[in-house]
Amino acid sequence: MAREIRFLQGNEAVCEGALYAGCRFYAGYPITPSTEIAEGLAASLPKVGGRFIQMEDELAAMAATIGGSIAGKKSLTATSGPGMSLKMENLGYAYLTEIPCVIVNVMRGGPSTGLPTGPGQSDVMQAKWGTHGDHPAIVLTPSTVQEQLNETVRAFNLAEKYRMPVIILTDEIIGHMREAIEIPEPGELEVIDRKRPTCDPKDYKPYKPDADLVPPMADFGSGYRYHITGLNHAEDGFPSNNGKMAQADEIRQENKVMHHYDDIVKVEEFECADADIIVFAYGSSARSAKEAVIKARAEGIKAGLFRPLTLWPFPEKHLEKYVGKAKSFIVPELNLGMMKLEVDRVVKGQAKVVGINKIDSDPITPVEIIDEIRRAK
Amino acid sequence: MAYDYSKYLRSGKIPHIWCPGCGYGIIMKSLIRAIDATGLDKDEIVLTSGIGCASRLPGYMDFNTLHTTHGRSLAFATGVKVANPKLKVIALGGDGDMTAIGGNHFIHACRRNIDITCFVFNNYIYGMTGGQYSPTTPKNAKATTAPYGNADNQFDIAQLAIGAGATFVARTTTYHAVPMEKLIKQALDHKGFSVVEIMAGCPTGYGRKNKQGSPANMILWQKENAVPANKAKEMSEEEMAGKFAIGVLHEVHKPEYVEAYDAQVGLK
Repeated sequence: MAREIRFLQGNEAVCEGALYAGCRFYAGYPITPSTEIAEGLAASLPKVGGRFIQMEDELAAMAATIGGSIAGKKSLTATSGPGMSLKMENLGYAYLTEIPCVIVNVMRGGPSTGLPTGPGQSDVMQAKWGTHGDHPAIVLTPSTVQEQLNETVRAFNLAEKYRMPVIILTDEIIGHMREAIEIPEPGELEVIDRKRPTCDPKDYKPYKPDADLVPPMADFGSGYRYHITGLNHAEDGFPSNNGKMAQADEIRQENKVMHHYDDIVKVEEFECADADIIVFAYGSSARSAKEAVIKARAEGIKAGLFRPLTLWPFPEKHLEKYVGKAKSFIVPELNLGMMKLEVDRVVKGQAKVVGINKIDSDPITPVEIIDEIRRAK
Repeated sequence: MAYDYSKYLRSGKIPHIWCPGCGYGIIMKSLIRAIDATGLDKDEIVLTSGIGCASRLPGYMDFNTLHTTHGRSLAFATGVKVANPKLKVIALGGDGDMTAIGGNHFIHACRRNIDITCFVFNNYIYGMTGGQYSPTTPKNAKATTAPYGNADNQFDIAQLAIGAGATFVARTTTYHAVPMEKLIKQALDHKGFSVVEIMAGCPTGYGRKNKQGSPANMILWQKENAVPANKAKEMSEEEMAGKFAIGVLHEVHKPEYVEAYDAQVGLK
């Protein structure tokens, strides 16, 4: 049977992906340009037995999202830059307490209220470093409406598998554009549920990891009574001031992501194999970059597109393959040069790294990128 | 025969962190007796808290316990309850936790009338950070951040809860341990958002600075200034100056949030 084709907005595709992945709880606070995600799930969650709640603020929305997950439901919240800043406190809580949940940040421009109705890619560093303390981060960056759906499913899977928050970083362009997409059939995409304990409740230690470094997680109310705290804690979940233990636990959390780099990191490498010039682009900027690379190839310039779908952990193992081969890297992004720093870090001065940067609420066009490719030739 | 509290306490997690003379132990024991009287199963109870002395309580109790970020106890509790309404959710915190940093969550939980029981431990001060003034510190009282006396006006937590729409509001003190147990039981049995404000002395952070004498004197102060709700209704504002009403202050019945939501959206 042919798959259902629907003409959807990017934000609507997130809703479809969330429902496909088994999301049954959404707590949010409206903010442009993410609002359609809240509106879509307010309408559709009850039809599949789920619930939606509009909380009093972003802090409460993040808190309730975590609470929903602890009660056993796959939980989602969505926001945009200023709301993401407010979510940071409780996002940090979810990292420390290892609670799976998905947070969509439909990026807009500027610090503070900034440019509310335009696109931006200004939260890419915030997504890794926004909350205080050290923790791993998994951050996905779709570029198409189809990917908004598929990557939302993947975000839930990674959140459940690694027992942690996963951020989807998208932007106003992809959030609001409409494209025809294929809705996957049930069973077509893998859907992963968190590991739940099978031991006797009296033996359950909520932070005792399995060999994959991920501890099984019990739903509150399932007969496994335990304690969750935002304080550093021992394997039994109770607070501890043992600094060495806290350090070991935070390193274990970092490793549960870094040791599974191959499972988590996904990139598109388009015409990169023999490329002299590689455009490193993500999200909406990658759409213009692909067009520019196709045009450059037509002109006989050996250009390629390196497009991370996983932005954090940074896809350095993938990118390293081209270091020493390509003579220049071009990094177009809607900020003043954030991910360029990461490309610089991996390239280590062995090639020229040039940024194309705009924060004027306009997209980066294919023309702007191809001009830079020609200059780099 | 003495009541056996051990059924509800986590072995190995006592002694608690509270100072000698603190009233929070009295509250914990009343809470245990009240929960026992409800006949609820330990597995179905979720206890959430924020940050502060009061908020350490869940760590000692053998339920599903969630010690969250400062002020956010009710926001986490809301997520738990909406995701799984079968759970009996109890949220607690101190006066600073619930009415300063958590003030917004508090009034909106009252407004929704979600079926959560909320206990506010009111000791007039920020205890854990060492005695700074809170939204309930009386005007002119001393605190480490009010060395010249407190310039702020005081919140009346119970009135705030009534104004915001809570459907059961009561107040008690640590002197009234036995009536407190009954009030807590009533609050737990109430369908909807219930608030119990519990006046508790902080000899270390408040009493010492404000020359209230020994912890025993502070408890006697509660006894002398608490007025039963029925009697308080008949007293003038002048007669009530410096005193406070205790007992059930407000009880009405309105549709519970999750039940009303489910009916509205067609969820069974």
